[in-house]
Amino acid sequence: MAFGRSRRDKRPPVEPVTLKILVAGGFGVGKTTAVGAVSEIRPLRTEERLTEAGRPVDDLEGVESKTTTTVAMDFGRITLREDLVLYLFGTPGQDRFWFLWDELAQGALGAVVLADTRRLEDCFAAVDYFERRRIPFTVAVNVFEGSERFPPETVRAALDLDPEVPVLVCDARDRSSVRDVLVAVVENALERAAREREPVAT
Amino acid sequence: MAGMSAESPGPGPGPGSPGSGTGGSGMGSTGHGSGSGAPDGTAGQRVPRWYDADAGPVVRPYAMTRGRTSSHSRHRLDLIALVVPEPAADDPGRDQTLAPEHVAIVELCSDAPQSIAELAAELDLPVGVVRVLVGDLVDDELVHVTRPVPPAELPDVNILREVIHGLRAL
Repeated sequence: MAFGRSRRDKRPPVEPVTLKILVAGGFGVGKTTAVGAVSEIRPLRTEERLTEAGRPVDDLEGVESKTTTTVAMDFGRITLREDLVLYLFGTPGQDRFWFLWDELAQGALGAVVLADTRRLEDCFAAVDYFERRRIPFTVAVNVFEGSERFPPETVRAALDLDPEVPVLVCDARDRSSVRDVLVAVVENALERAAREREPVAT
Repeated sequence: MAGMSAESPGPGPGPGSPGSGTGGSGMGSTGHGSGSGAPDGTAGQRVPRWYDADAGPVVRPYAMTRGRTSSHSRHRLDLIALVVPEPAADDPGRDQTLAPEHVAIVELCSDAPQSIAELAAELDLPVGVVRVLVGDLVDDELVHVTRPVPPAELPDVNILREVIHGLRAL
């Protein structure tokens, strides 16, 4: 090893705390747009090639056509402070990549479920997933031009959401709108953290 | 399945093999019995072909890890685990044992720590490959990896408040 001379003048890099929020929802609902709207880096796509060894994928659908064996996950980064970085991960839309969700969901602070009122059923799976795993999530109705607008309470009823799940209307293209959704996600996580830390009265 | 070579009697036995193309295909392939033969079927379905970038990388991704699909590090590296260079990594190009991908990882991290996910995206490598390569660098003590908040453990309430403040200030 030839690394004897290390520059001593260089101060050690700051090691930020990293947190992650997932952005889920059906295909074409605006996940990539939403991540891109707030991320400071262009939406990078990280790929997991399913043909590689070590991936328990026996799904024939993935094997028959090679072109679909690459799955891309959008992700973005928001540096809140030098020592605090928030990562956003857009979950893969297709059902057969659910196994990737478990990895993404590990340690996630919370999740956004983007919904399109014209195809509300597309987000059922995501809602169900986060409910089962007790990951705090917020439903954000992405308003598409030309689609009918429904009040959040109607969406809540249609999705049969628990009262503590926030439902917001947003525009995935708009930075401040997406930011507000993220704030709601973190506030929701904070409330849950506070609730769970309360001593249980017995 | 039933005798493939035995079927030959029809057109021209024995010496006729070069001339008549009909029964010919069965002859050479006697060795491997069972289903593998499949003499026909090539004409009907066209095999899709990929050229250039569509064909994927020239080097199979896990060739870069010498076939390893996991690193023997203590714990699995989270997607948002940050890779931080050690002082010894100042000039990774000088270590001859490092692969170009190792060097690329160290270089990417030297400006600012990068998460596993960012490295995978930047290098256009599968996350699994990056995990193995970073594991090597950890073993070589060229980088260390920060552990994010352990799963199933909510981050500190104060951190959450700071995140909210930070987001509002965007």
